[in-house]
This record gives sequence, structure tokens and C-alpha cells, in this order.
Amino acid sequence: MQFMLLFSRQGKLRLQKWYVPLSDKEKKKITRELVQTVLARKPKMCSFLEWRDLKIVYKRYASLYFCCAIEDQDNELITLEIIHRYVELLDKYFGSVCELDIIFNFEKAYFILDEFLLGGEVQETSKKNVLKAIEQADLLQEKTETMYHSKSFIGFKKAY
Amino acid sequence: MIYHGKHPAGKSKEAEIKRINKELANIRSKFKGDKALDGYSKKKYVCKLLFIFLLGHDIDFGHMEAVNLLSSNRYTEKQIGYLFISVLVNSNSELIRLINNAIKNDLASRNPTFMGLALHCIASVGSREMAEAFAGEIPKVLVAGDTMDSVKQSAALCLLRLYRTSPDLVPMGDWTSRVVHLLNDQHLGVVTAATSLITTLAQKNPEEFKTSVSLAVSRLSRIVTSASTDLQDYTYYFVPAPWLSVKLLRLLQCYPPPEDPAVRGRLTECLETILNKAQEPPKSKKVQHSNAKNAVLFEAISLIIHHDSEPNLLVRACNQLGQFLQHRETNLRYLALESMCTLASSEFSHEAVKTHIETVINALKTERDVSVRQRAVDLLYAMCDRSNAPQIVAEMLSYLETADYSIREEIVLKVAILAEKYAVDYTWYVDTILNLIRIAGDYVSEEVWYRVIQIVINRDDVQGYAAKTVFEALQAPACHENLVKVGGYILGEFGNLIAGDPRSSPLIQFNLLHSKFHLCSVPTRALLLSTYIKFVNLFPEVKPTIQDVLRSDSQLRNADVELQQRAVEYLRLSTVASTDILATVLEEMPPFPERESSILAKLKKKKGPSTVTDLEDTKRERSVDVNGGPEPAPASTSTMSTPSPSADLLGLGAAPPAPAGPPPSSGGGGGLLVDVFSDSASVVAPLAPGSEDNFARFVCKNNGVLFENQLLQIGLKSEFRQNLGRMFIFYGNKTSTQFLNFTPTLICSDELQPNLNLQTKPVDPTVEGGAQVQQVVNIECVSDFTEAPVLNIQFRYGGTFQNVSVQLPITLNKFFQPTEMASQDFFQRWKQLSNPQQEVQNIFKAKHPMDTEVTKAKIIGFGSALLEEVDPNPANFVGAGIIHTKTTQIGCLLRLEPNLQAQMYRLTLRTSKEAVSQRLCELLSAQF
Repeated sequence: MQFMLLFSRQGKLRLQKWYVPLSDKEKKKITRELVQTVLARKPKMCSFLEWRDLKIVYKRYASLYFCCAIEDQDNELITLEIIHRYVELLDKYFGSVCELDIIFNFEKAYFILDEFLLGGEVQETSKKNVLKAIEQADLLQEKTETMYHSKSFIGFKKAY
Repeated sequence: MIYHGKHPAGKSKEAEIKRINKELANIRSKFKGDKALDGYSKKKYVCKLLFIFLLGHDIDFGHMEAVNLLSSNRYTEKQIGYLFISVLVNSNSELIRLINNAIKNDLASRNPTFMGLALHCIASVGSREMAEAFAGEIPKVLVAGDTMDSVKQSAALCLLRLYRTSPDLVPMGDWTSRVVHLLNDQHLGVVTAATSLITTLAQKNPEEFKTSVSLAVSRLSRIVTSASTDLQDYTYYFVPAPWLSVKLLRLLQCYPPPEDPAVRGRLTECLETILNKAQEPPKSKKVQHSNAKNAVLFEAISLIIHHDSEPNLLVRACNQLGQFLQHRETNLRYLALESMCTLASSEFSHEAVKTHIETVINALKTERDVSVRQRAVDLLYAMCDRSNAPQIVAEMLSYLETADYSIREEIVLKVAILAEKYAVDYTWYVDTILNLIRIAGDYVSEEVWYRVIQIVINRDDVQGYAAKTVFEALQAPACHENLVKVGGYILGEFGNLIAGDPRSSPLIQFNLLHSKFHLCSVPTRALLLSTYIKFVNLFPEVKPTIQDVLRSDSQLRNADVELQQRAVEYLRLSTVASTDILATVLEEMPPFPERESSILAKLKKKKGPSTVTDLEDTKRERSVDVNGGPEPAPASTSTMSTPSPSADLLGLGAAPPAPAGPPPSSGGGGGLLVDVFSDSASVVAPLAPGSEDNFARFVCKNNGVLFENQLLQIGLKSEFRQNLGRMFIFYGNKTSTQFLNFTPTLICSDELQPNLNLQTKPVDPTVEGGAQVQQVVNIECVSDFTEAPVLNIQFRYGGTFQNVSVQLPITLNKFFQPTEMASQDFFQRWKQLSNPQQEVQNIFKAKHPMDTEVTKAKIIGFGSALLEEVDPNPANFVGAGIIHTKTTQIGCLLRLEPNLQAQMYRLTLRTSKEAVSQRLCELLSAQF
């Protein structure tokens, strides 16, 4: 897998993970192009499309689009299930995950993704094992801490 | 999470930016402040920066603070530091050093959580600096006995990422065999990660990881035969370990079918089980279940296609895909179409694929998703052969009328290629292309209409029909400009073939074309002017009419220089030149040399080589410049590879022996006339007659006579070693008179220049009668190349100027070093080079008697090793060698299959570089 993007129906990028070295400019260009392309597609269309020399696999969950770019030899259907498994992991961790969970706990979303996918390949497919790793990490958190983001950040919420 | 705050954000974008700038200023002041921040605050602000970045704003500070967090002992601080680095890595080398230091400490900490973080960071950033620092270390972590499973998984994928970035920095060693044994690990997560790593490594080092095949097969076998609950948490919606299965099947695609019959049998069993399971009723209605199951199935089919050796499995795969073609899931229909494209190119399943033609055509008509229709077009293209070409081309044409704009050009190219490739009747071809222009004129590129002209010019039998058809098509009140171009060109060449019919008399033809003139763009008008001057030659009766047109102010004083020049020169030509000269200058175009369709080259460029499947014997040569195409090429810039007009061609320039090139083209007219009226002789001569043949003779040998006429003989002796060579050129004066100003010049085209270095010293400008002079050329092959350099010789002989050009036979195969190998190695390497762009194949008629010994000598002369007892069919020849260039070495495999009965050969070249396969195939094909 070359990269994974999560974006909202309004085209706001919520998470990005790149597994190939690209400049910031390229990343922005790719993101813009892909978000446009995917958002323009109708609901019943197929989840795969050719884009440049890559294959795009995407799926919409509620208000969020999950979008992966894979190479020619890679398997589309299993990528679709990578997306689903990731959603399941988020769901299990947050308990009925919603877009806001990912916005405000982005670091958790990244940590879960890193436990599941590394360097663009599946690292651990067992839901139990991934969540165990995350929970262990959570135990290491100092008790004095609550959330990472201070209240002043909450103000951003309404802008979206 | 609470949804209201103390600072409600503004409603507008500006308010957001304002708010963020304020926050950024605040953070910056905290970081710059005199008071040292504690770890918690530092983490808090770094985290805020990350948040702002993820909202889509640029962040240009905070990296240093993030790096500081890495060395914190508190897990959460460290974690946020690493996340910042992973997401916002900066190639600032100063920081990379610090980051690497922190990572090094964490890797050495023996704390699995810290090690995990460090490895995740390396895998996320994956820069070359990191590879330099850790590529040696990580294999040790990976294979150490006491490493925890989760760390092993991270280490494997971390190494994979570094290998992808910097393969040269990951040393192969003892660890590789231990990594292979991870395929047997108890922990399926470890196996999954290890399989990815091994697959990537095995693609480049197949020998090193050969033992993984049998291990992968037995692992796969255990998975596919397990009950759906056996694998516990690794079962996904009742499918046992789908990710691992897919990865194992992918790994097996790095290798040919296993040689060990037991392993092979077991694998076949696995594949059959997977195919059988597809027929079983689903264990769950959830889409996840069917997706996971079918993911494994499609990967198994890919492996079956890759092996391309079990007809039974191939046909079963094809039937399975056939079922999916009508599945209600769009995703499956899409994948089935895609997968069938590859099946269509296997000889075992081509026929089976063809049985689904109606379904595919139906998909083209009814699918609502353009990306699915696109796949249907691809599949129709792939399954097309002589038997169904008329149907497929007709369906594509009718689809084109309503096709999405995004894929029209590609369909046009495909139709044009299929129509040409499978034309039995060329009138059908001409009709098809004219239809293309009518339906989708805007998407018909130059290559397409150049090509129809080439074909019409090369085929006598279709010229009259083509003239008649374009004449009729031009009757339409509004026709596409491309049709005017094709029409203008064809009538200019073959209008005489229909001029007998009073309905298409010369004047009517002219008026028809001229009625379109003013609506056309400048290049088309330029082309039409050339048509008019051709009419002057073809139909003397319309000469005055045409002269009037040329003489009009709108031509002679046209603001466009090209049009004006043509009008002036054509008018002058029609006035001063005698009928004979006119007839010579404006003679019918000579046939175009047969080359690969430039359209195919264009489609390849558009789609990438891998997606253009060639079923038959399309010659794959370099892309073609349509020489003498309707665009004018002034003589001063004309290149020698194309039949270019020059002084000598008209016999108006100096002296014999005139290097006779093909007659000039109408398109070159603009430049041609310069030569009619001037006596300039400094133009490089076109290639001497027979030069091509002589050139071909040197492909497999190094010494001999390259050129000879009444005056001059050129002999060659050359030797090559690795990427270097030396060539002795001997110029012999066959007359008893001196040659004066004798100047041989070596000319490399711009394309050739960077790839081939030639060095030589000038020779004495006087060559005495009967004498021979020698010139030494030192040759260095920098990179692979296609063209040959040209040797141009100019001298004066008894007051006349002589100008000769020959191609110098320095060809890519000269830098071959033969390689001996056993049958097993050969076929293994052969399989590894199985991407479509690595292979080039040519099927051609034997031009010489098919003698085994001669063929062997030629292959050895070509430079590759001749491998005996490698091909199971003793009649075939296989060879192997390495092309040495300064920059790289390219392994080449070749296989020549003679068919005595048909007097044909099939030559297949496989190398890692498409251009090399192409060129070698071209060179060698010309030898038999």
C-alpha cells in the first residue's frame, strides 16, 4: 500500500498515512485530486478505480471516506477488508466510533493504525492482539493526564 | 467528548485561520520563552501543532521540541514525539541525526514497548539516512531468539520499508535463511509480517529465498484445509487467515511452479480447494465474508495465471470469473473483467475467455459505472482475434458514440489498432478509421490518421477504394478537420484513381477540398496546399485554377509564414518546372518502411506497457516518427534516418554517384524547393542504397566491407570488450585520382549522444589514388541505445563533390558477454522476467534457408551464449548474456523457435529493460 487517506464528505482530510516518500507538495496535490475524484462518485459505484498507475480502493463509512492506494499487483478485495478491519478496531476502541472521535483523538487513530499496518503492509490482523497492544500503552499513561488537547481547542469543532 | 467550548470558533474560514495563527503564536512564544517547559507542556504543545497540521495548515516549527520528547522516559511523551516525527518528518539532516540517536537508544532499551515505537518510526519515515543507520541492526533484532513476537513483526516490516527505499543498504546474509523459517512460526501475526518481507526480498533475490516456496505451500495448505474456527482470532468472518493466505499466494508468484512433484501436487490441491470453496454456499451473508473469501480466490487465480501451466486450473479459473461477470456485486464484476484480461493472453484459456464475449459486450452497454465499462473495453481488446474482430470493433465503435469523454481517446486507439491488426479486407479498415473520425474526430490523434495514410500508401489494392470513400465522406457539409487532412492527403496521392468518374472529376475534387480550406487550421491548410501542387502534377487541366488560388492575396500574402512560403514556392514550381521535373518532385509517396504501429506505441505510453496485451505477432519496435508525414520538414533540419529531400535527389546537384534515396514527399515540399533553386551541397547525404542490408550483416560479425561504390570502399575491423570497443575504419580510394578535402564525420543523433561515446581523430584530407587511410574510433557504451551512429563522408573527386552516408554498425549487442547456465536456472530467470514490458516477441518469415548450424553461428555471433540442452524442444535455440554498459548491466535471455513447416521463426527476448528487449529483438530478427 502506498498511502491511506481518511476524509469527510465535505472533503476535509482527517488522517493521512504515507508509505512512500513524497514531498509535501505532491502529497497535497494527490490528496486534492483523489478527494475530488472519490467524492464525485455515486454511491452504488464500484469501490475500485484506476488512478495514475495505482489502484484506488475506497469505502464510505457514515460521514467518512477511507481511501487506500495500492499497486498494480496488490489485491483489491483484501484491501477493502483492511479498511474494514481498521474501522472495526477504531469502533472497538472508541465504542461506536464517529468522525469526531478521530478528529479529537487523532493520535489514537494513528497508534491503532500503526499497530495494524506498518510500512504499508499488514502487521497484525488479530483484533485482540492489536487492541491488547493499545491497551497496554494506555496503561502506561500517567494518571495525572487526561486528554491531550486542551479545552481551547474544542472551539474549532464548530467550524466543521 | 464535549461539544461546546469556551471559545466558539468563528463561522468563516478567516476566523479559523485567525484563531489558529493566534494559537501558533502562543505555542511559538512558549517554545521560545525563557522558562524551560516541562515534559508535559512540551508534549501538549507538540500535540497541538500536530492537530493544527492535520487540520490542513502548514507547520514550520516544533520539530526540535518533538525530538526532545523522544528521549523522555514517559511513554506518552515519547509516543507523541514519535508521532510528530512520523507525520511531519523534515529532511533536515541535523534533526535526523538526533532522531536516529533517540531511536538507537530505544532499540537498545530492550523495553518492547519502546522498541516498538522506535521501529514504527523507522517504518513510517523510511529515509535513506535511517536505512544507513539501522539496516544492519534490524535483521539482528528480527532473528534474535529472545525477541518478542510483536517486536519481530515490527522489525520485519521495518526492514521491508528500508529495503524498498534503499535496497543497496540492506545486506543479505545469514539472517535470510532464518527469516525464511519464520514462515513456520507459531504466531500467525509473525508469519504474516514475515511473508510480506520475504515476498519483497525474493523478487530481487529469488535464489536466496528459494526455500520459502515449499514452506509457503505447506503453510497455505494448513490454512485452507483448516476448519473456520481453528485459527481463532485470525479467522475473519469465517475465512481462515485471509490476509496471510493472500500474502502466501503472492509470494508464490515470485517463482515458477515448484519443481518438487510433492510440493507441486500439494499446491495444486490448495488451489483446487480454493476454487471448490467458491462454489460452496456462503457461511455468512456479510459482505466481509464474501470479500475475504474472494480476495483469496482472486489471488489464487493470479497464481494460476502466473504459472500458466495447468490448463485444467486455467479453464476452471476462467469459468469462475465468468460467473462473477454477472454477479450482482459491482466490485466482483469489475475484478472479474480485470482478471480475465490476463487470462485472455494465455493460450490455454484464450478460447474459454472468448465464450464470454456477449456478456462483456453487454457490460459495455449496461454498466452504470465508467470504471467498470473501462474494464470491459480492456477485456474486449484483450480477447480480440481474427475471428471476432469485426464484431468487437463494431461494438466499440457503437459504444464510442456515447462513451465517456475520459476514455474516448483510448477507445479510439484500441479500435484503430484492432482494425489494423485483424484487417483481412483493407476496405473494412479504411471504413473503420473514417467512422472513427466521424464519430470521435476530436479524439483521433495524429498517430491514428498518419497510420491510415501509411497503410493506404503501402497497399495498392485499397488506394482506389480509399480515394472514393474519402471523397464521399467529404461531401458531408460539416466534416471533422481530421477527415479533411486524411481526405486531402489521399486525394493528393490517389485522386487520379477516381478522376475518370465525371462525378469526381479533378475540378470537382479540387473544389470540394477547397470548400473546406477556409474553415481549417493552419497545419491543415498547409497540407491542402501540398495537395493542390500534387493535383497540378496529377491533373494538368486544373493547373490554371490552382495557380489562381495560389496567386491570390490570401495565400501569397498570408500572415502565416509557412502558408505564404508554400504558396510562393508551389506557384513558382508550377510555373518554372518542366513536366518531367514536376512528375519527379511530386511523384507518389514511396511505401513506408514497415514498423510497429505508432498507435500501439501511443497506447502503451498512455496506459503503461503492462496493460497493453499483445496476443499475436505485433512487432514491437520503437515508436515511429511518421516520416514524410504531412508535416513539412525543411531540408536544413532534415535528419538522415528519414528519406529526406536533398540536392542530389533531383539530379540537379552535383555529380554521380548520386545516392539515390526514395523520391521526395509532398510534405517536404517546402524545403525541397530550396534545393531546386540553390546549389547548396553541404547537406548530409541520405543513407546510401543498400546501407541497411550492409548494416544488418555486421550485427553478428565485426569485420568486413561496409560500403563500396565506383570510387570508394569502406572496410571495418572492430573489437568489443564489456562496455568498451574499438573500431578501425579503412577508407580505400579505388580510383587513380586524389580525393581532396576528404572529411569523414561521425554523427550521433541527440537521442544517441548521451548513451554512446565515440572518439576519433580527423584523417588526412588528401587520399591518394589507390591508397587506403585508416581511422580509429574508440567506443564507450554509457547506457543502452537503439539508433546507430551515422558515418558521413564528404570529399571532392575530380571537381565534383561527393557525399556519402552509411550507418555505422555499432549496435547494442556488441556489448554482450555470454553467460552459461543450466536449464533450471535459465527457466527460473525466464519466469522472473515475465512482466509484459520485459518481454518482446517477434514472429517473422524466414528470409534465409533455415539451417541449424548457421543459426547457431549467428546466435553466437550476436554475442550471447548458446545454451545447449536447455529448451525441452531440441529444435529451439536459447541464449543468455549480459549487456554491459557503463551505468548498468542488463541480463538478457533469448529464445528462438523455428517452425520449418511454416518457414517462420518466433523470437522472444526477455530482459529487465523494455527498450533493450525491443532493440535486441529488432536486431536479431533481421538476421534469419
